[in-house]
Amino acid sequence: MPDPRPTSTTRSVLLSALIVAVISVLIWAVFPDTYRWHWGSFWDYRMLFFKGWLLMVGISIVAMVLSVLGGLALMMGTRAPWEIVRLFCGGYITLMRGTPLLVVLLLGYYGLVSPLRLGDAMPAGTVLLAAFEAAYLAEIFRGALDSIGRSQREAARAVGFDVWQLYRYVLIPQSVRRALPGMAGELVSLVKSSSLLSVLGVDEITQITKLINARSYSSLEGFIPLALAYLAVTLPLTWMARRLERRFAYET
Amino acid sequence: MKLEARGVVKTFGTHRALGGVTFETQSQARVVALLGPSGGGKSTLLRVLGCLLVPESGRVLMDAKELPHDEAGALAERRTNGFVFQGYNLFPHLTALENVALPLRVVHGMEPAKAEARAREMLDRLGLIGHETKRPAELSGGQQQRAAIARALAPTPSLLLLDEPTSALDPVMTGEVLDVIRELAHNGQQIVLATHEVSFARDVADWVIFLAQGQVRESSPAADFFTAPQTDLAREYLHGLARYR
Repeated sequence: MPDPRPTSTTRSVLLSALIVAVISVLIWAVFPDTYRWHWGSFWDYRMLFFKGWLLMVGISIVAMVLSVLGGLALMMGTRAPWEIVRLFCGGYITLMRGTPLLVVLLLGYYGLVSPLRLGDAMPAGTVLLAAFEAAYLAEIFRGALDSIGRSQREAARAVGFDVWQLYRYVLIPQSVRRALPGMAGELVSLVKSSSLLSVLGVDEITQITKLINARSYSSLEGFIPLALAYLAVTLPLTWMARRLERRFAYET
Repeated sequence: MKLEARGVVKTFGTHRALGGVTFETQSQARVVALLGPSGGGKSTLLRVLGCLLVPESGRVLMDAKELPHDEAGALAERRTNGFVFQGYNLFPHLTALENVALPLRVVHGMEPAKAEARAREMLDRLGLIGHETKRPAELSGGQQQRAAIARALAPTPSLLLLDEPTSALDPVMTGEVLDVIRELAHNGQQIVLATHEVSFARDVADWVIFLAQGQVRESSPAADFFTAPQTDLAREYLHGLARYR
């Protein structure tokens, strides 16, 4: 079965370029003569901007690793043999998914981490971000695992696999492929959500951009590079996920 | 082998799949056929005999040795059995070769090189040379089922359990698979076979257990069962199936 979605990378790059061009024209039309571009003053802060970008990438990578591990642990927890663990993990997932990330960050940091002096805003925000995304990833993993038929479990038992081997050789390899599209989407969302760490005063790229704009009396000169800086991370991530997805497509 | 069951009960929710099954085969039954209408308990009994399912009550004896009721014991027992099911139960993410070789390595502790050689040998015996690197989706139904038989036979199981192995196949593929099973039976492999292929069962089985509604209605030597069934139900069943083949 052919994939109905356009997977051609060149096509999506061209389309993105077209959209950027249209938006540029619109901006140019809205700010005809009155807006005076000050690219020079933004350029003076390029190193600061780059540092903010690096921090955003660093926070995202750490949060990704933590959230994938946390999501796996939560998913396993919802099928643990002990009811107390199942209840806790199930409740955690429901509560996290029902709360905005902004609220989780504010409550987690000002309500928990800061009063108990557990750590600085940057590591605390990274962990909170991971804790939030882990709840979504747990649901994605659970869906992928549940979608593997009963007959595969029976076949695994029939060839003599124990429970550990059932997961290691049958359930995890098959569910990884099924979880991949949803997981990639969630990780892209994580990168974008890291911008909210600016409310805790973390010097990641969004916070830095606001700072540069304030210092150089500019706005669009900061926000346009900011959008491009996020796209520089999210687009390759999406592209990589599509490649992986095609590599694992064996069941058609 | 000699199979013996005493008051075996297995329920799924409210459905009583086996309602106190009792039978005893002759002491040298090599190929035991489970026959009977669909939903009669054939598949469930086959899984109990192979230790894939543990019954709620009752005892099963194989050559006078009682089958274990705990999961660890059942796992050890399963590792001496080979299973082939109705659906193609190959692992879709592995090649035909890896489907056979992986259990040899991780369950039976074989060296990777030896496991691969053994897997190739089995695929060769089942006529799948040239298909080793294909995934199940690239194989025909008959080829998939033969690969499943290769996987089941590779660790030289003492008992091979076949659950309607041809029900999902067209007549040509059915023929391919039945030929393989016939050859195994003639070479002395111990087999328990649940099937609707009555004429095939007549050819290979030496003992028949006829089940309906979770009860054993008849348990007799194959020669007796096919020439003079004891119950009306078995007579009707054989007659009904014989009408169109």
